[in-house]
Amino acid sequence: MEPKRSIGLAVVGWLVALIMFFPILWMILTAFKTEQTAFSMTPQFIFSPTLDSFRTALDQGAGYWHYALNSAITSVISTLIGLALAIPAAYAMAFFPSKRTDFTLVWMVSTKFIPAVGVLIPIFLVYKSLGLLDTDAGLIMLFAAMNLPIMVWMVYSYFKDIPRDIVEAADIDGAGTLQTMVQVILPLALPGLASTGLLALIFAWNEAFWSLTMVDHNAATLAPFIASFKSAEGLFWAKMSAASVLTVTPIIVLGWFAQRQMVRGLTFGAVK
Amino acid sequence: MNTEATALSDSPDRGRKLHRRHGPPVKRLMAPAVIFLLVWMIVPLAMTIYYAFQNYNLMMPTMRGFAGWENFSILLNDPTFWSALVNTLVLVGACLIVTVGLGLVLALLFNRTFIGRGIARTLAISPFFVMPVVTGLIFKNMLFHPVYGIFSWAMRTLGLEPIDWLAHYPMLSIIMMISWEWTPFALLILLTGLQSLPEDQIEAVRLDGANRWQEFRHIVIPHLGQVLYVVVMLESIFFLTSFAEIYATTSGGPGTATTNLPYYIYLSAFFQYDIGLSSAAAIGAVVLANIFAFFLIRFVAGNLNAGGQR
Repeated sequence: MEPKRSIGLAVVGWLVALIMFFPILWMILTAFKTEQTAFSMTPQFIFSPTLDSFRTALDQGAGYWHYALNSAITSVISTLIGLALAIPAAYAMAFFPSKRTDFTLVWMVSTKFIPAVGVLIPIFLVYKSLGLLDTDAGLIMLFAAMNLPIMVWMVYSYFKDIPRDIVEAADIDGAGTLQTMVQVILPLALPGLASTGLLALIFAWNEAFWSLTMVDHNAATLAPFIASFKSAEGLFWAKMSAASVLTVTPIIVLGWFAQRQMVRGLTFGAVK
Repeated sequence: MNTEATALSDSPDRGRKLHRRHGPPVKRLMAPAVIFLLVWMIVPLAMTIYYAFQNYNLMMPTMRGFAGWENFSILLNDPTFWSALVNTLVLVGACLIVTVGLGLVLALLFNRTFIGRGIARTLAISPFFVMPVVTGLIFKNMLFHPVYGIFSWAMRTLGLEPIDWLAHYPMLSIIMMISWEWTPFALLILLTGLQSLPEDQIEAVRLDGANRWQEFRHIVIPHLGQVLYVVVMLESIFFLTSFAEIYATTSGGPGTATTNLPYYIYLSAFFQYDIGLSSAAAIGAVVLANIFAFFLIRFVAGNLNAGGQR
């Protein structure tokens, strides 16, 4: 319609996108540099790429895979536990609402307003006496608790979009609660459940507070791995960037695929 | 969903009828989630309140016992606590203003059609998925560094004096990092809100001769109201508990310039081993979060009562 304006718009849009993306791009470029090219007063945009920094980053500390494995275990299992707890609760509230449903939902969101520091000390002390400090199991439970309120809410808002008649029809056909939930409702809500799971996975993977306070070596995830570069000074930027690239890439790619579906559940049904 | 179906599904009568006939185990379905939250959030919270009234320092194991309000009076007389409280509020306020403001502008931009919009949008929202510890380290070293950082290079190229960001503008630097991560979140959610704006409403006001601003003010903003609320609520939850960006860059400094409540509590628990004092401070953080929740959760409750009337 207005070709000139559209070109101007494209220039502005792309400029904004590149500015926002620049720190990530710069990190990726730096990861392929030698430490000497990385640590330069004039930024080097053209250089001969090397994989050296990735090699040294993989050997850093206990080795990248130790941390990556812990991150994968804790975020995947905590997400599965979260879904296993959130789905039945959201199912009950969405399809069998009672007078207390509103209160329960609001109560669940309000627990998300309890800051982690508000429960840090008791959890630390109890973990210490139960031997749960520095274990994957300990982190998994914390991640599940951290994500559960948002997961219940998201699943609830997806379930609300499914007409009640379907549950009633299954009910009349004599299907039990579990059967209706697993065979009828879950397939219908699958895209929503997947995006809920992905968001929980992203939050758990990127989590830093619990991973930095409850963990020493055995259960150390990627957050403390990256944080271990904090004290080093000087010629380590390429290595730090390589470790960072290895840490954020899987999640950014996941996020790219999930962006659309994630939003609708996160708005708690405010956007249809 | 059409309104009829919504009205039906929201009638509590209907639920009770089903309930009576087959007795769906509502309680058993709810129990695991409720018990889990009780055990991992509410019980520890109660313990925090208990500790806040105890003399309890891990370095002095013999000095235990009821402390009354002592921890709180120490806390209220500690200037660091007050500055941590102010820092928390500044951080939350500034980040909310920047992310929502910028997010809205960018959402309006990406709501227009242009070449490669999908890819540009995907690039622009990427920062949201970056681990906060990585954000901290990359900004601290490669962008903010007073000599070798990109920002100083840009300043020198423009013939200006480079800035030592973290030393001279520590809070601003933290706000920049957090806003970089969360503007994409606001953008993504507000954009979805914009795209659900009914086309006929816009056309109707245009026919009435409304200009762009009136259209924005009277149609777009009211339509985005609920979505804006959600953004502010979720962002407040995360901004109130900001930790990783501070941990990875300034460690709360210089001095106490970037020590917010979570970082203050972290320091008093893990470096002063003062369980009583840090529990009292944690109660402060919970109270602050509840003040935010008091205003924000009303939206959620209101949204529930509206019962999907849309």
